[in-house]
Amino acid sequence: MIARRSLLLGLSALSMGGARVAFAQAPGEARLVVVLLRGALDGLAAVQPYADPAFAGLRGLLAGGAPGTEGGLLDLGGRFGLHPAMPKLHAMYRGGDALIVHAVAGHWRSRSHFDAQDFLESGAGQRLNSGWLNRALSAMPDAGPARRGLAVGVDVPLLLRGPVRVGSYAPPGNSSVETDTMSQLLALHRADPALGPAFAEGLRARGFSAAVLAGQAPGPGNRNGFVALSGAAGRLLAAADGPRVAALEIGGWDTHAAQLPRLAAVLAELDTGLDALREGLGDAWRRTAILVATEFGRTVRVNGTNGTDHGTGGVAFLLGGAIAGGRVAGDWPGLSELFENRDLVPTTDLRALAKALLGGHLRLPVTAVAQAFPGSESVGAMRGVLRG
Amino acid sequence: MTPRAHIAAIRFGLGTAPEAPPPDTPEAWLTGQLRPLPAAPGPSLDECLAVLRARRDPASTENRPADIARAEAQAWARRMLTTQAPLAERLAEFWGNHFTISRRRGNIIALLGVYQREAIRPHIMGRFEEILLAVTRHPGMLMYLDNANSIGPNSMAGLRQGRGLNENLAREILELHTLGVNGGYTQDDVGALARILTGWSVGRGAEFNEPAGFMFRPRTHEPGAKTLLGRSFPEGEEGGVQALRFLAQHPATQRHLAGKIARHFIADAPPPAAKQRIAQALAETQGDLAATMRRVIAMPEAWSAPLSKLRAPQDYVLAVLRATGVGEAGAPALLGASAQLAQPLWTAPAPNGWPDTAADWATPEQMMRRLDWANTIAGRAAATRDARSLAEATLGPLLRAETATAIRRAASPRDGLVLLLASPEFHRR
Repeated sequence: MIARRSLLLGLSALSMGGARVAFAQAPGEARLVVVLLRGALDGLAAVQPYADPAFAGLRGLLAGGAPGTEGGLLDLGGRFGLHPAMPKLHAMYRGGDALIVHAVAGHWRSRSHFDAQDFLESGAGQRLNSGWLNRALSAMPDAGPARRGLAVGVDVPLLLRGPVRVGSYAPPGNSSVETDTMSQLLALHRADPALGPAFAEGLRARGFSAAVLAGQAPGPGNRNGFVALSGAAGRLLAAADGPRVAALEIGGWDTHAAQLPRLAAVLAELDTGLDALREGLGDAWRRTAILVATEFGRTVRVNGTNGTDHGTGGVAFLLGGAIAGGRVAGDWPGLSELFENRDLVPTTDLRALAKALLGGHLRLPVTAVAQAFPGSESVGAMRGVLRG
Repeated sequence: MTPRAHIAAIRFGLGTAPEAPPPDTPEAWLTGQLRPLPAAPGPSLDECLAVLRARRDPASTENRPADIARAEAQAWARRMLTTQAPLAERLAEFWGNHFTISRRRGNIIALLGVYQREAIRPHIMGRFEEILLAVTRHPGMLMYLDNANSIGPNSMAGLRQGRGLNENLAREILELHTLGVNGGYTQDDVGALARILTGWSVGRGAEFNEPAGFMFRPRTHEPGAKTLLGRSFPEGEEGGVQALRFLAQHPATQRHLAGKIARHFIADAPPPAAKQRIAQALAETQGDLAATMRRVIAMPEAWSAPLSKLRAPQDYVLAVLRATGVGEAGAPALLGASAQLAQPLWTAPAPNGWPDTAADWATPEQMMRRLDWANTIAGRAAATRDARSLAEATLGPLLRAETATAIRRAASPRDGLVLLLASPEFHRR
């Protein structure tokens, strides 16, 4: 625990609600933000291949309305449509600041959240005590005291843990449990004669109605954590002497049941948060690249509870003024054949996106990029990601 | 792995952790702890009383009684987080709660720690009458329940000053410490015991040529023999000692203690047969507390699963922190969270101590606060603790399948830990 404490003293993280952000400082003017979507975003719901002939049949109830219809998908150029809960991201896309990469997956095939998030953050094929983003920065020359980030936050994601020092501060009593976890705990307590009624009454007293717990209504005030944090992160990154790298995270993506209402709520929060980040960055937006990634995609077919289960191929977003956006990239594998007869076939390695940002955007040396992703020699940086 | 190993560690101990796995031989592990606890270091009674007596300079920000209380609490917390004899510490807590003194009486805060260290801990493996005597003679108790100022109306001081009895301590000894509320005593017995205990007071130290600690003051002692529960006790300090020894061995006391022990270690509503056997053990061993605990450990009722007792807030916080492996560094968190969960250390609302049943603690707000705190801890621990392996280590066969499934499917490491630490199983002992 001593090691952990001393590590935290040197790390910075900002925490509100279920979302967290951590900072590190790197020389140069380029800003890099990584947004982790914990719980596995359904890429086929966020970015829907509405023109794929198999899509409507496989997706059933979860397929959105055609672009142009009321409440329909937001068109991304004739083949794909963005979820209607993400109008701000759509505006970035139309402005050329958002690149969507479909059929992305990490270098693992585990469908365990724990394992996959570990790999997503460590950048390796096994659990490490440091994250790829921190290791990449550790290769940079020591910038002295200015290298320390601002310290706000209960904890720092593995992604940013490691040898490079970034500060940490935890605002007390400012974290709240994910609604989905609340809902599961309520179920676990139900049979307990003493704790069950008390737990249920406690949730009601805090404004968690049955509709909130089912994800069909917004929770009492803990939904804006990511939005507020994103705005704050943007402002801090914008400062001339502020940090240059940040990692944010947002949960709520594990939509095994009632996916339509649950996902719409959390996509809207992500959309608003990303826009708050853009606003907070101000002029620095044009020197910014943001990677939005999740641990894996979800099953193509709908399960028995109007949700989707853990899958493989999914979607990633690259945003910012430094990104050559306005298109959907990656090789679309189609839906006629599925990975293990259930998941979207992955065609792009997530590390290719990260490498493009570390090498091309942050201009880290090849050795640093290699250190970030050990054993990834065969994976090159994705081309055409950055503006010239 | 049998459930007995985890039951031993959870029901009788402070939970398990990867660093403190459940015992291989549960019964032997428990009975091996039934030996005197090592002394707990801290300031002497003399020092604590001197701090208490010293007049505070109103201009000074120094608050030495509060400093002592804080240091004692930190030392207690570090001990509880690292002890290798969790049953023995649990027993110290149990008897400390049975003989509650509380910081709600502000005048004794400098004595809270030394009382636990000197009046409770050395006696929890001995005979009940010895702990009853130690507690009743301790300045912490004599001041908390006002006996230090109780004056026999016919004593020299009483006749001169026109002051009299304070029945507070005598009543609580009968009602809470010994016979129990239905123990068959009357108001006359309360008055008799109060008169017997007149003169049991606190000395002012060398400055006044008095002992620093217990002092029998003949000038305030009610003269003559007194009759308590039909039995005569002589005048003088010895009358009080005899009365307490008599009360300690009384069958009503054995029944009362048996009920509390059974409620603490077996169930909120323990089987009557279990209570009877504990009372019998107390009677047969002349109140030998370690021997009685050996009988409790041998009782099949003490090993029933699933666990039915609710961890009181302090026990819950301890179990969580010990499970996350913070060690001594968790002391501030232990004290802070216990207070946040409505059980601040040594601050029981009344002389009857903290309640000991699920109905008392399982309120909606309590459950929500536990959840909030578990979430905070999970955020800190997610880097070093995997929820799946921690669930196995802490609950083993007591982990329900549905909880294991929820943890396995959790959307993040932190959510997994929240599901474990806020699960119904984790609240139980």
